[in-house]
Amino acid sequence: MSSQVQKQVKQLDRVIIRFAGDSGDGMQLTGDRFTQESAVFGNDLVTLPNFPAEIRAPQGTLPGVSSFQVHFADHDILTAGDAPDVLVAMNPAALKANIGDLPKGATIIVDTHDFSARNLTKAGYDANPLDFLGDAGSELGEFAVHAVDLTGMTVEAVKEFGLSRKDAARAKNMFALGLLSWMYGRPTESTTAFLTKRFAKVPAIRDANLAAFKAGWNFGETTETFAVSYEIKPAPVSPGTYRNISGNLALSYGLVAAGVQSGLPVFLGSYPITPASDILHELSKHKAFGVTTFQAEDEIAGVGSAIGASFAGHLGVTTTSGPGVALKSEAIGLAVMTELPLVVVDVQRGGPSTGLPTKTEQADLLQAMFGRNGEAPVPIVAPQSPGDCFDAAIEAARIAITYRTPVMLLSDGYLANGSEPWRVPETADLPVIDPKFATEANHVLKHELVLEDGTVQAEEKDFWPYLRDEETLARPWAVPGTPGLEHRIGGLEKGEGHGNISYDPGNHDFMVRTRQAKVDRIAESLPPLVVDDPSGRAKVLVLGWGSTYGPIGAGVRRVRRAGYDVAQLHLRHLNPFPKDLGEILRRYDKVLVPEMNLGQLSMLLRAKYLVDAIGYNHVRGLPLKAAELAEAIGNLVADAEGIDVDLSTTSAEEIS
Amino acid sequence: MTALSSDLPTPGLRSGTELVPTTDQAQTGKDFSSDQEVRWCPGCGDYAVLKAVQGFLPDLGLRRENIVFVSGIGCSSRFPYYLDTYGMHSIHGRAPSIATGIATAREDLSVWVVTGDGDALSIGGNHLIHALRRNVNMTILLFNNRIYGLTKGQYSPTSEPGKVTKSTPMGSVDHPFNPVSLALGAEASFVARTIDSDRKHLTSVLSAAAAHRGTSLVEIYQNCPIFNDGAFDAIKGQGDYKDGKADAIIPLVHGEQVRFGAPGEDGRGSKVVVRNPRTGSIEVALAADVEESAVLVHDAHDPDPSTAFAISRLTAADYLHQAPIGIFRAVERPTYDDQTRAQVDSARQDAPGEASDRLAALISSGDTWTVV
Repeated sequence: MSSQVQKQVKQLDRVIIRFAGDSGDGMQLTGDRFTQESAVFGNDLVTLPNFPAEIRAPQGTLPGVSSFQVHFADHDILTAGDAPDVLVAMNPAALKANIGDLPKGATIIVDTHDFSARNLTKAGYDANPLDFLGDAGSELGEFAVHAVDLTGMTVEAVKEFGLSRKDAARAKNMFALGLLSWMYGRPTESTTAFLTKRFAKVPAIRDANLAAFKAGWNFGETTETFAVSYEIKPAPVSPGTYRNISGNLALSYGLVAAGVQSGLPVFLGSYPITPASDILHELSKHKAFGVTTFQAEDEIAGVGSAIGASFAGHLGVTTTSGPGVALKSEAIGLAVMTELPLVVVDVQRGGPSTGLPTKTEQADLLQAMFGRNGEAPVPIVAPQSPGDCFDAAIEAARIAITYRTPVMLLSDGYLANGSEPWRVPETADLPVIDPKFATEANHVLKHELVLEDGTVQAEEKDFWPYLRDEETLARPWAVPGTPGLEHRIGGLEKGEGHGNISYDPGNHDFMVRTRQAKVDRIAESLPPLVVDDPSGRAKVLVLGWGSTYGPIGAGVRRVRRAGYDVAQLHLRHLNPFPKDLGEILRRYDKVLVPEMNLGQLSMLLRAKYLVDAIGYNHVRGLPLKAAELAEAIGNLVADAEGIDVDLSTTSAEEIS
Repeated sequence: MTALSSDLPTPGLRSGTELVPTTDQAQTGKDFSSDQEVRWCPGCGDYAVLKAVQGFLPDLGLRRENIVFVSGIGCSSRFPYYLDTYGMHSIHGRAPSIATGIATAREDLSVWVVTGDGDALSIGGNHLIHALRRNVNMTILLFNNRIYGLTKGQYSPTSEPGKVTKSTPMGSVDHPFNPVSLALGAEASFVARTIDSDRKHLTSVLSAAAAHRGTSLVEIYQNCPIFNDGAFDAIKGQGDYKDGKADAIIPLVHGEQVRFGAPGEDGRGSKVVVRNPRTGSIEVALAADVEESAVLVHDAHDPDPSTAFAISRLTAADYLHQAPIGIFRAVERPTYDDQTRAQVDSARQDAPGEASDRLAALISSGDTWTVV
């Protein structure tokens, strides 16, 4: 792609771009491709896809707008950014729906093609805002707007391939991608290869997309409209092989890895549900690793089949979202009672009920913790970033297998669909999980006896399915096919040791306490927590879990850059809590707990540690905003230290 | 009932237990009895079924550790505790889903589900029909006593209309399921009906069900002496129906005429089942009134389930004064678990090498870049 016009190249350290269009416009693909290009280029990045639950909401309407935000930088970043620097709007609705998120001076690239009277009305515009671009005080007056007929130029560029006008226009997202790729100096090879492969079977579509992509790049390079392109240098990161990865993909790989590292075949019983279905799709591709996927008739059969598979010696896994966990509750209780390994993946979404299927939330923590009848403790593990879903899945499997228990793995919609560069781990560094199957009788029925006549009566042993390991309190896992260990388990209370049905009051009390003690015992296997408190002088601790890691980290960073002390701690294990958590909480005057719920972790901390945890809570279906969070942290620091806190020396955009 | 023979091999390549390890050692019913005290009510039909199953399992010649019984909730679901095999007493209605996981995970296990009319047809109806359509290799023993026993006497989805129970003091207005019709509608590959008190017939049906590869559904009429005593008196020729047994049972034997009722002059049943030439449906006629050639010959291997379904409709919906007994349908159809394992096996064969190497390749697939 030759240069015809001499253009200025400006250095930037970070940019946030949001691609927005109709849900049929291919904005997720466009964003994903731009992300891959940026990842390969070596920028650090975080993405935020945001799309409606309707597959094709009415065209041109506000509810039908789908967007993809990517934040990329020459340094380590933690969030997808609060406010986009650049908005690419493919129609009036996309402009209308996103303009409120833009800061003053932001760049807007608008496809003028769909700004017809009808589409403007659908989007709720009385007049075409593009008609008043030069006017002071107009709606778009504070922005740098580039109004270009992207669709028209796309159609022109792909004319030679003989597509219908509709099909030709569909390549407009690749035109936009080409233009943005030029603007930010992205490498284009991966997108060219991707399009070539994806549309290999339909050469006309393939060629049209490639041509539109190139035309978009060339348009940027040659037109007077865009005078400047930008350079964002690669971010310095530790050596290794990197790839871009979404949370659902990383979680799927983690489950495959757990199978390899434990030597157990993975059995996934699942029912499709947003935003967890991609894990079912991904695992169904990995049969070569001995992974079996079963698309069940409902959520209950999904978990039921996984429990059956675990009983048969596989690693039973079920994947779902909040509503599915509600349906699975009784079966998870069965796994608690029968003490079988089971990984329950809850990719949380906005609730209650059907709630916001495509939006994120962290409001299933208490459901995971307590959502069963009886005293039914279940360990809970949560990943903190998309790539971290890999390690969290292996950790969930480790606990499930080692302690013979169902484990809740709490991901969320933001982690599931968001992505980040991920340093691919060495498989030699992954933990090895030993299933320690029972292979022989474990209980002495009759001791060896020397009879009066001197003959020796040999020791006789039998198998007790509830005779526990002293260290872990786990019961033996004896799988069908093992001779001599035939036994029956079930949902009725079991007698300690022998495992026969028991209605004995003392036994029930003992078993309830033992099941709790077994889960508590997991804390013995956890490494000490590492508090991020660089100065060691912080009086305020910000404590989080799950996907709020990014916004909390960015907020904390901003407060520190402004010259104040604040400590940060993020929990991977929500049940049991790590042993040293109580002591850490006592070290700080104030504990702030930001969550995308109304204070669920706060409630648990208050109940367990009698700590005055202060909540910072938003349930907007979107990640917390780092700048707002920084304000809340700053206010608390001011309160704790009796000082004035001024964060204005750092800009909100600078730190995220 | 002794005239009934159900020794019916399913046509096809593999038996239901073909991949399950066998033993040379002689087994007896005692080998399959656990040390747990059996705690059903005195006179419960479940005792007879348990005895029959314990007596029948040695005939399979399978290794005891490779047999798994799974149950749901209800009186009959205590069954696994009394058998010295692997077993799971699970939660209400879910046994077929748990058994699906077991059977799909392991080809070397003989998987059995014990369930009741409430467990299988009410709370677990969804899992039952989906197990049947998938044709997972397992045998489902559906104990039908037409009442809720464990919850002390409410009507069940097989109770007759008008039934007065604790929850229906003015009589039930629910229309009941016919379990055999339901199973045939779900395209089950093996469907049979037998009776708790006829050990010989029960055993022969169990034998055919175990030999069948796929989901075998066996409905067992089972008397609850506490909450629904006498529900099967007509079928059993007991109580008020001492002379009625021949008229109540329509025996189904593959390849034989469907004929029942008190013997006529020729010593054969005086009633026959014929196809109505006008409507195509199935109905009962007096043998004396129809041509010999018009009598329906039972074909359990008919790929089309329509006739089997029509026969199932000869079951009385109210008090059970008439019911076909035997194997309604036994056809070969690929099983879900065999096909699932075949896909996994084929993918494995296509991917040679150490799993850890393949894992390393998997996680570093796609667009990658290296930082030095």
